[in-house]
Amino acid sequence: MELSIPLRPLQIRMMAMRKISLFAAGFYALASMAHAETPVLNVLTYDSFTSEWGPGPAVEAAFEPLCACDLVFQGAGDGAALLARIQLEGVSSDVDVVLGLDTSLTEAARATGLFAALPDLPAPDLPISWQDVTFAPFDWGWFAFVYDNTKLNQAPQSFVELAASGLKIVIQDPRSSTPGLGLLLWVKAAYGDGAAQVWADLADNIVTVTPDWSQSYGMFLAGEVDMVLSYTTSPAYHLIAESDTTKSAAKFSEGHYMQVEVAGKLAATDQPKLADQFLAFMISPAFQNIIPQTNWMYPAHALPQGLPSGFEKMITPNVSLLMSSQQAFKSRDPALNEWRAALSR
Amino acid sequence: MARRAFPLGLGAVTAGLGLFLLGPLAAVMWRADQGFSRFDLAAVSFTFWQAALSAALSMALAVPVARALFRRRFLGRSFVISILGAPFLLPVIVAVLGLLSIFGRAGLLAAIAAKFGVTLPPIYGAGGVILAHVFLNMPFGVRLLLLGWQGIPSERFRLAQSLGFVPKATFLHLEWPMLRLVLPGALMAIFVICLSSFAVALTLGGGPRATTVELSIYQALRFDFNLGAAATLAIMQFALCLAALFLSTALPVQHGFGRGLDREVVLQSLKGWRRWADFVLLLMAMCFLLLPLGGLFINGFWGLSALPAPIWLAALRSVGVALCAAFLACLLAFVLARASLQFGRSFDAVAMLPLATSSLVLGTGIFLIIHPFISPAKAALVITILTNGCLSLPFAFRILLPDLRRIYEDYGRQIALYGLEPWAALRFVIWPRMRRAIGFAMGVTAALSMGDLGVITLFASQDGATLPMMIARLLGAYKMETAASASLFLVILTFGIFWLFDYGGRRHAQD
Repeated sequence: MELSIPLRPLQIRMMAMRKISLFAAGFYALASMAHAETPVLNVLTYDSFTSEWGPGPAVEAAFEPLCACDLVFQGAGDGAALLARIQLEGVSSDVDVVLGLDTSLTEAARATGLFAALPDLPAPDLPISWQDVTFAPFDWGWFAFVYDNTKLNQAPQSFVELAASGLKIVIQDPRSSTPGLGLLLWVKAAYGDGAAQVWADLADNIVTVTPDWSQSYGMFLAGEVDMVLSYTTSPAYHLIAESDTTKSAAKFSEGHYMQVEVAGKLAATDQPKLADQFLAFMISPAFQNIIPQTNWMYPAHALPQGLPSGFEKMITPNVSLLMSSQQAFKSRDPALNEWRAALSR
Repeated sequence: MARRAFPLGLGAVTAGLGLFLLGPLAAVMWRADQGFSRFDLAAVSFTFWQAALSAALSMALAVPVARALFRRRFLGRSFVISILGAPFLLPVIVAVLGLLSIFGRAGLLAAIAAKFGVTLPPIYGAGGVILAHVFLNMPFGVRLLLLGWQGIPSERFRLAQSLGFVPKATFLHLEWPMLRLVLPGALMAIFVICLSSFAVALTLGGGPRATTVELSIYQALRFDFNLGAAATLAIMQFALCLAALFLSTALPVQHGFGRGLDREVVLQSLKGWRRWADFVLLLMAMCFLLLPLGGLFINGFWGLSALPAPIWLAALRSVGVALCAAFLACLLAFVLARASLQFGRSFDAVAMLPLATSSLVLGTGIFLIIHPFISPAKAALVITILTNGCLSLPFAFRILLPDLRRIYEDYGRQIALYGLEPWAALRFVIWPRMRRAIGFAMGVTAALSMGDLGVITLFASQDGATLPMMIARLLGAYKMETAASASLFLVILTFGIFWLFDYGGRRHAQD
């Protein structure tokens, strides 16, 4: 029978495998002893960091000669997925370093008790003051609404102007996306108790809410909306990688909320020294140089030779907004309810 | 002897499937430390009624289209039947962008309407969600119904013709009894698919009004890490699906057309307005289905030749996963379909169980179970094959069951009378009459496994990515144009695999 033929060799192979499994076990033991000479550092990060087009491959190539180790990136969706993953694995995790949480997640991450204190590291160069003993920033950016400057001459300069305009925007869902959550905290940080009213005023501008950033951005590039929630540095990608000058970010007078992306060391790591070495490497120019043109964010430590040309054309907000991690953690659920109520009407 | 061996293997299959689907759910609940806090009635009710409307509308449109396709013969008919498989198999994000290129604010329709000074109402809202679900599922319904129509013995149509039946009488005596058999299962399948929709519902639903249970599960798992809430929501989704299933199995199943001689149906050509009605109907259905696909084609075509090397490797991996998963799904479906006919319809519920599972909860549960023993990244591809195989099993089951039932009703007595060995029965009685359905089932399940992303993201490592994961990575790196080409590549590949199986099954079979 056509169905039975492919099964047969497989069955034979499986029977043979059972017989040699004892030998195999011995070989594996030997192999893992030989392997143990090269220590492995497991870094859990979000998927777009490890991808062929992200910083991952270059970081791996730069760090491995320095540490004489095997740097293994494990990808897990986005920033929120990282935290869920660490909680799923608990103390039995083989992960040594988690890279890619942002400040809206760090408080929940700290509360798990799974993270160890940082080694001594120099303070980052951020537009705001920074204090954290558990998490070290590796890059950051400002959220912003990005538009096509050939179609839109006069971009709105505040949430109020945006809400009063007839412009159509697409945003991301704060329940499934970290930039979406960033916007939620942006409005909350800028307007406090008035946030619900801002959302109510914005409701008719919001064409739709997508589960993640890439769907929003894809809709924007397809011309489906006038503006999209992204970063002030998004136009740098189009400018540098595509020589396309048509994308701009709108500068808002309320200020721009920041996303600070951080890394932390797990308490249960079996490579504490190597993890510390990696975190020190992470804030060195060799790592930081890779960030602007792969992650399209600002490096957390000033680069000796400055930012790549093109970044100087990006807007610089007058005010940088960022809630403390505790504040962000506490504000999330009430802000989410306001958001849902305003947009469900 | 064979009769005794069968229930034993069957018990293993049932138990295995049950364990695979319910074990992870139990694991998630076991680890849950917080109870379920927010009972989101709005999400449940939206989920329910959008799914019900989507399913009803899909099938309401599928019936006339399938009927027209069955009774008309025209150049390119075979192509039309093939292309009907395509929308159902599209990865969600690709389908949404394709739909927007036609129905969106900057889409083709809006541009045409603007020429006449008309502004179309926006697609976003419940209407958009239902439009997308009809686009994705109506063609699948057509294919299921077409199999039903082709299952009516041609001798009955000849008899009807010689008795001078008017179309209404043919419908009442031949087509309606068939529809009563096929419709409930198809309706139920589409209803359940739409139940677990989340990206389509949110993106086209225009915001949090369109929150489905699956999105609430996603939030509970990702942002709140509230496993209790996720599990409770998953159970609620389960309950909705089981209720639908129960309703659909409460209906009668005897078709009673009797046996035919497997001859080709020769239909009297239609005359007058019916002919034109069929033509217009098919044309409109094709426009609805082909235009969004055309939009995808135009967006991705130019970058197709310049796809980076990792894409090809990922594509190879995806094809391997898809073929293994399809084989698994069809094998399980066949075993369960036989069981349903021999031992009762409770096996229908077993086969439909995967549709009711939330793939997110499933993935999380499997992760919890295997992670103490093996690095999840190492098991990524095997887990993907198993989950894709299980999750696409219900579709294979729905496709295979009606044909197998017909064969058992018509030939079961002969098989028993002549004491045919199971393999001989399979070879000489079942296979020749089922190859069309088996080909279609293999094609559908392989293609579904190509596009699935739900489970693998939890497991995949740096270098184990499948093609849909690669597309997600390209999108995440601003490379929307490359992603459009990779998506087109995925669609072509998916459709190619589907077509090979589907055509392979239909060739030499009566059509």
